Amino acid sequence: MSQGVGVVGLYVRDQDEALEFYVEKLGFRVHTDARNGDYRWLTVQHPDQPSFQLGLFTPQAPMLDAATAQTLREIVAKGAMPPLVLVVDDCRAACDRMRVRGVEFTQEPVDRYGAVDAGFRDPSGNGWKVIEARREQG
Amino acid sequence: MGTGLGSKPGRGRTGQDPELLRRLLRAKDRMDAASHEAWPIRRLARVSGASEAHFARSFREAFGIPPHRYLLTRRLERAKALLRDTDLSITEIAFETGWQSLGTFGRTFRDVTGESPGELRAREQAAPHEHQRTPACFLSAAHRPDLTFAVSEKRRQDAGRMNGSEETEVP
Repeated sequence: MSQGVGVVGLYVRDQDEALEFYVEKLGFRVHTDARNGDYRWLTVQHPDQPSFQLGLFTPQAPMLDAATAQTLREIVAKGAMPPLVLVVDDCRAACDRMRVRGVEFTQEPVDRYGAVDAGFRDPSGNGWKVIEARREQG
Repeated sequence: MGTGLGSKPGRGRTGQDPELLRRLLRAKDRMDAASHEAWPIRRLARVSGASEAHFARSFREAFGIPPHRYLLTRRLERAKALLRDTDLSITEIAFETGWQSLGTFGRTFRDVTGESPGELRAREQAAPHEHQRTPACFLSAAHRPDLTFAVSEKRRQDAGRMNGSEETEVP
């Protein structure tokens, strides 16, 4: 077994909506979708990255009190959560595929010093950059 | 008007409706994507699906800065990047980043950053850069001016200061 980070979670406003977005629009796969009362542990995975799960969680009781959950929903909707980066081989092609599926782009692909990046948001407001790394010489 | 938790509307931490915030974010994103374009409140309000009065008030409450001042920070951020990274003339940069006049651009730039566009360019091009570790798209955001008050207010403060400049402070 290799060691390392296994799950990193995002807060989303609605898990059904997030699941549809990450699976249908971005091409992730469901890893775990387990319900326990009102609580739902939901993680997805990038098809090329089997050792890592992206959690799609709602800020909710009983983990959080109502006021904290409300504050978190506001923060997510304002786009104030930390940056997320999706690494791709071909930024323009990846963006074209996503756009056809209805992803909301915040920045068209641009070339910066040989790397190409674009930006989109998930329905909740989490902001992603799509980065095509600069080709190494040689 | 959709403020959460049944608390009194008005000032303070009463919370804003996340659905509204998400739509306000869309207006902010649109300014980010095309800061050189004109963004009258009417246009922004339409993007957010809100009335003009409601939009301006809600945007300020959500992001801590009025929409037009936010747009200004984005234009200045882009202008700084173009000064640093391109050989475009200052006039070209002014129009490229959405200013109607070179004079307004130069004056606003100096009022906010404390130096003229030409001075910034000379300083940036003389300094070696250690930026390679941060993705360029995040780096540009980090260089956005932090405009916590209106440019006109900053002008008044600067005019009121005895000899005008913080840089002349003697240790």
